[in-house]
Amino acid sequence: MNFPILSSLILLPIIGSFFIIFIKSSNKDNRSIKLIALFTSFANFLLSLYLWYQFDNSIYQFQFVENKKWLIELINYKVGVDGISILFILLTTFIIPLCVISVNQTIKHRNKEFLIAILLMESLMIGVFCSLDLVIFYLFFEGGLIPMFLIIGIWGGQRRVYSAFKFFLYTLLGSVLMLIAIISIYWITGTTDFVEIYNQGIDFKYQKLLWLAFFSSFAVKTPMWPVHTWLPDAHVEAPTAGSVILAAILLKMAGYGFIRFSLGLFPNASEYFVPLVFFLSLVAIIYTSLVALMQEDMKKLIAYSSVAHMGFVTLGIFTFTQQGIEGSIYQMISHGLISAALFFCVGVLYDRMHTRLINQYGGIVSIMPRFAILFMIFTLGAVGLPGTTGFVGEFLILIGVFKKTFLVAVIASLGVILAAAYMLWLYKRVVFGEIQNEDLKKMIDLNYSEIIILWALAIPTIFFGFYPDPLISTVEVSVNNLIDVYNFNVLQMDNK
Amino acid sequence: MIDNINFIFPEILISIFLMMLLILGVFRKNSSSLIYNLSILTLVIILVLVLTFPQGTTVKLFNDGYIIDDLSIYMKSITIISGIFVMLTSSKYLKIIKIYQIEYPILLLSSILGMIIMISSNDLIVFYMGLELQSLALYVLASFNRSNILSSESGLKYFVLSALSSGILLYGCSLIYGFSGSTNFYLISENIKNLEYSGVFGIVFILVGLAFKISAVPFHMWAPDVYEGSPTSVTLFFSILPKIAALSVFIRILYVPFFDLINQWQMIIIFLSVASMIFGGVAAIGQKNLKRLVAYSSISHMGYALAGLSTGTNYGIQSSITYISIYLVMNLALFSCLFMMKIQNKYFENIEDLSGISKNHPLLSFAFLIILFSLAGIPPLAGFFAKFYIFMAVIEQSMYFLAITGLLATVVSAFYYLRIIKVIYFDPEKIKYDKDHNLGLKLTLIVSTFFLITYFVYPSILTELVNNINLI
Repeated sequence: MNFPILSSLILLPIIGSFFIIFIKSSNKDNRSIKLIALFTSFANFLLSLYLWYQFDNSIYQFQFVENKKWLIELINYKVGVDGISILFILLTTFIIPLCVISVNQTIKHRNKEFLIAILLMESLMIGVFCSLDLVIFYLFFEGGLIPMFLIIGIWGGQRRVYSAFKFFLYTLLGSVLMLIAIISIYWITGTTDFVEIYNQGIDFKYQKLLWLAFFSSFAVKTPMWPVHTWLPDAHVEAPTAGSVILAAILLKMAGYGFIRFSLGLFPNASEYFVPLVFFLSLVAIIYTSLVALMQEDMKKLIAYSSVAHMGFVTLGIFTFTQQGIEGSIYQMISHGLISAALFFCVGVLYDRMHTRLINQYGGIVSIMPRFAILFMIFTLGAVGLPGTTGFVGEFLILIGVFKKTFLVAVIASLGVILAAAYMLWLYKRVVFGEIQNEDLKKMIDLNYSEIIILWALAIPTIFFGFYPDPLISTVEVSVNNLIDVYNFNVLQMDNK
Repeated sequence: MIDNINFIFPEILISIFLMMLLILGVFRKNSSSLIYNLSILTLVIILVLVLTFPQGTTVKLFNDGYIIDDLSIYMKSITIISGIFVMLTSSKYLKIIKIYQIEYPILLLSSILGMIIMISSNDLIVFYMGLELQSLALYVLASFNRSNILSSESGLKYFVLSALSSGILLYGCSLIYGFSGSTNFYLISENIKNLEYSGVFGIVFILVGLAFKISAVPFHMWAPDVYEGSPTSVTLFFSILPKIAALSVFIRILYVPFFDLINQWQMIIIFLSVASMIFGGVAAIGQKNLKRLVAYSSISHMGYALAGLSTGTNYGIQSSITYISIYLVMNLALFSCLFMMKIQNKYFENIEDLSGISKNHPLLSFAFLIILFSLAGIPPLAGFFAKFYIFMAVIEQSMYFLAITGLLATVVSAFYYLRIIKVIYFDPEKIKYDKDHNLGLKLTLIVSTFFLITYFVYPSILTELVNNINLI
């Protein structure tokens, strides 16, 4: 197939934002700006669905590969997808239109710039998931900092400046080490095309340091304990759509990076550092769950729960088992849907009451019954109730971990219980009980756009909870190949 | 020798034009505008002449004292191009602060002439001549705004310190001459192999002089004051052109006569580079005045350019040259923005004067955004590629310490660039600037910002140009 479908996916939002630039900004025109943004992002979603339809599950090689000369003699612009990355592309193109729809409710000024920033984010994130060259990957990975910094800083809450700076500097600090590692890889192997590096392999003596350099970047982005502290700040201050992008997609870039780079490029070093990753993940799961229990701000609570959920993801990835890695990918997709939905839910409440403090709410089930139902679905999804995607992910991860080490699995399972505790307690305090705050009575139930957003997220959450096969079968062959390569390398290492 | 006379036509022409313009200015009243435009025209003509030299030429003139090769052709072209853009952007500024006089363009031209000679020099004496010609013009330019006490102060400061550093440099030259018996770079390189330690003395003194010219730490003290005090148009000139010239001399001196002593000078360059990167980054954090901030940021940028030089490879030279080319575009763009911050003939240059301008000036603040992120080296903007090439060269030689310090320094410097963006985009609006800018200024800003944004589409463009600059 000659049609450059991946480049079109990357370019389409940029083209859309160009159109938006050239429309004069006035209150009257906000509607047409929004329509353009919605149209481009939705077209992108359809295009990615077409990509999925065309995608061949049965081979592990990269598909739809485009390779063009870019930087002479050094680096090619190379993109392609395999079973792992295609799901993240779908997630991205699915979440962005919902963010665009939500803009009317949540963003009160400079809608035009906001939509441009969101569309640019979309391009960059799709680029991250489909680039097959380390430098191109880095370009997209770091480029995302600029629009996100602006989204938090311009449209954020009270402490937006502090949060935006913290977000930017933390991530940049982690990433520069990755840049050094990428350049070193170029001089070690003579290429930055990682399909070739897969075949070529990297000597073990380099692997450890390189692994640590990549880890420093991904650990900040995941985020793993103890470098997670930027996340609650960024989430709390970002506008709803910003939080959604951050939780649903940005964090997944790190998980994707772990699978693709840490495991793929440095299998021996990954094996070597398993205890470190397990330790950090367990601390993340238990400690941040406990922290989440004590939060008074809803957004902060969900942010900490994100850290805990991503702890499961890293745990699953580093089991190197079929179940563990597939579970991690599933968990990331599911967390993408559920955390996005939870942030939308908090956004719904915030738009009406202008507070995120849990103790200001209570008893809204009688005022907003439709909201209560949807919020219930997502709460249960976050808890990991069977029948939601959250269950499938956590279940597979725990199976994988049990295969590897029993004790770790037992401790990680405690995290599931804690998740139930903080989520259900949150739900109880917000939705049930007597109405203490008189202002709550003025609240109105969900409007059309909110209903569309939340149901659009609820349906896949439940559907893939009952029928995970479409997603699993997409990733299966690619994951199998990854594990085969990994086992081969580790065995070779042992034989030496 | 006369066979190749056409290769120094640019230098000859610029001298002739210079003198003619001077005479014209003296005999014709109110001719400042005419002379200003004619000077720009002169530069354009010379640029065309320089560009006609074919790639791969190596021509030596005056007993090998003057050399035209790929390095000098490239560096001359970017010097002249930035000279043209500097003049295009600053004409209105000069009129407003009332220094639009005939001497100004003539001094600029003579300074550029000095730089061109420096770039092409292959002999210590020729090099020193060029250096002094450009410095003398710069002393006057720095104090050109006589009515402003800060400007006079900065001119004097620059004069005293620069004369001192020239003295040190000259002392180094004389040592080298004494030990090697020649002032020609080729002859020095043949003789220097035998004198490990005595040669180093000379090198150190020469490096001190050159480090002063590109304001590398610890010879940077003059930069912030001079940058702040001089008229902004002169600051713009200061922050770009002398650095290009000094960098190309740096390259030629280190890689032609002294290349065999690389073990001796490599540590010095690494030290200069690391110190500049860190100090420039840290000291800029507390600045309130944009011109001072630019001074510190240019100190740290020179640190990166030196990092490429310290590798001792052709690739390193090329990366430094690419770095300075991208740096000059960023600086041109940044100063074009500064020229736009005016209300009724009064210019503003503090960071807080930018507060919230994104409301009323969306395009200007967007340009600021791009320029500052590019200066901070965030992909996919051009500034990232500049740093990328440098670190490619540095890591090729396994100089990990330099690479890691350099990249950590980018995080520090990202902080103060972000602070400006914060003031522009996140703070409440205070000021509304005039929008009547002249065409040259707008053109410069648009061209340079466009370059910074779209560089990533085809980054080979500069690489192809510099790829054939090989000195080793």
